[in-house]
Amino acid sequence: MIRLLLLYILTVTAGAARAAIHLVKAGESIQAAINKAQPGDLIKVYPGTFREKGIQINKPLVLMGVDYPVLDGEKKYEILTITADHVVVQGFELIRSGYSSMNELAAIRIKEAAYVGIRNNRLNENFFGIYCQHARYAFIANNRIVSNGSSELEAGNGIHAWKSDHLVIQQNNITGHRDGIYFEFVTESTIAHNTSHKNIRYGLHFMFSHQDIYTNNTFSENGAGVAVMYSRQVTMYHNRFIDNWGSAAYGILLKEISDSKAAFNEFSRNTAAIYMEGSSRLNIYANRFNQNGYGIRIQASCDNNNISKNNFIANSFDIATNGSLVLNSFDGNYWDKYEGYDLNKDGIGDVPYRPLSLFALIVERNNSSMMLFRSPMVGLLERAEKIMPGITPEQLKDNKPQMKPLPL
Amino acid sequence: MRNRIILAYTILLALVTISLFALEDNPAKAIMSLLNIGILIVPLVSSIFCTIYLYNSAEFIELLVAQPIRRSRLLWGVYLGMITALLIALLAGIGLPLLLLHPAATSLNLFFISCSLTIVFASLATLSAVLTRDKAKGIGLCLLLWFYFTFIFDGLVLLVLFQFADYPLDTAMIGMSMLNPIDMARIGMLLQLDISAMMGLTGALFQDFFGTGTGFFLIVLVMIVWMAFPILLAVRRFNHKDL
Repeated sequence: MIRLLLLYILTVTAGAARAAIHLVKAGESIQAAINKAQPGDLIKVYPGTFREKGIQINKPLVLMGVDYPVLDGEKKYEILTITADHVVVQGFELIRSGYSSMNELAAIRIKEAAYVGIRNNRLNENFFGIYCQHARYAFIANNRIVSNGSSELEAGNGIHAWKSDHLVIQQNNITGHRDGIYFEFVTESTIAHNTSHKNIRYGLHFMFSHQDIYTNNTFSENGAGVAVMYSRQVTMYHNRFIDNWGSAAYGILLKEISDSKAAFNEFSRNTAAIYMEGSSRLNIYANRFNQNGYGIRIQASCDNNNISKNNFIANSFDIATNGSLVLNSFDGNYWDKYEGYDLNKDGIGDVPYRPLSLFALIVERNNSSMMLFRSPMVGLLERAEKIMPGITPEQLKDNKPQMKPLPL
Repeated sequence: MRNRIILAYTILLALVTISLFALEDNPAKAIMSLLNIGILIVPLVSSIFCTIYLYNSAEFIELLVAQPIRRSRLLWGVYLGMITALLIALLAGIGLPLLLLHPAATSLNLFFISCSLTIVFASLATLSAVLTRDKAKGIGLCLLLWFYFTFIFDGLVLLVLFQFADYPLDTAMIGMSMLNPIDMARIGMLLQLDISAMMGLTGALFQDFFGTGTGFFLIVLVMIVWMAFPILLAVRRFNHKDL
């Protein structure tokens, strides 16, 4: 699908080369050039600062900035609104879009349009960055989206998509927004190779968005990590979730997710790498969990999840849960805390491993007891519990723990 | 380094440290195991060594008391001698291997924690040796103190936590942790090692409190009180003791 879209944009650009070229220099009006242009024309904008009170693109065009001309919204207006199909916007610096608590004003809005390309732009200090509303087949790539909002109310989302489908969002760099990338009712889309860091709330926020793929993204130091909620058939491959710290921060929050896959991801130094609630039929495999507070916090409301072939290394707690019901399988992982043996040398430990420590359970019930973590007293209790499990759920165990870390 | 016990202690520590790092490919885990040595073995050896040493040299001390030396100065001398020997053992047994195998902030922290616990328990041991004339009683008292601080205290804390689970105990926990030097040392280490887990609710509170400059200053202050108070009491007692 990506290839098709790329091909498509290439053909649009190539077609535009044959069409008329309109030049806009500093001091002239971009809107006037758009009004004058025929569908399929190329509008080249030379460096300068353009303060037009909202530019409307209502016909298929290529709007190309040369050396990043500045489009200034003066904190009052939406800068670019695209309402036609087959529009490409590239090479602009869009700054200071309007702020409103009534309307979600954005630097670029794609409104009920298809086959739109937004690429190589720089967006600074905008309320919302790129806003897709009923957009289809949009291609948003290589944009650098920066804001310095201080609270959730004052900042909008970097890339906001609502009721859209077949979007491709790749190689964007988003920082300082409320949510880096926000998806609501967006289906069959791809998010790849983006970096979303230091956003106020989530690096990626996903709601009611089915059959989406996100791969090779890096989400770091976001207020609450990444949230994927109320979605089906989401594929998460090769992402990195790093340094998401805080009392309610997760590497990834999976709430009411089903039939999805998370594989080959890296989770490092998060308060909780994965927090799962009401999720079912997830396949979580071949991930690396390093130095997290919690590897996976799996609530008892999750069922039929398969957690296998992951590496759990140097986490304070590997698994935590809030109940005694276990409907998930944890077989075939590597746990660095495993102390069993392997007599037949097949690389699989002969005694099952119980990844849920008694103390994780105690902390879950009584948060203050975190103070006693790694106390010799607690060590004694844990030992006793490991030998004769009485409090921790009996079924929560890895029957085939790996003796050596998996090569991931 | 004439004392055989100190020599054996040094070798034991060095062996444990080196073998932990040789066996574990993950240095964080090795540090974690070493932390257990630091908060269990180091205080134990420190207290037993000091009490036994004091009782064994009781006659020599009596002899010296007969000389024109001030009593407080005499006890301080013995005390400082003991902790110097123990600290040298720590330096050679834990400090140097850590410096060579894993030079990091956590290692430094671990080393300082072991040192301060050594001093605290040497002080407590001196106090118990001065308080009781009977050797068995003195060593027993000292062992009881060690057992109390490593196990009983934490058990009591756990009991309190669950008995008063309905009350906000987070701040009280910070106060309670100051009543036990081993807990203080452990929490100081946790703030470095398990920082991600500590960022959870109560942990964040600890982090806010101890992670800041004032918090660190407070940890140091409380540790100094734990080091100084027993030995000052012991010296006071020794000055008026009927030998």
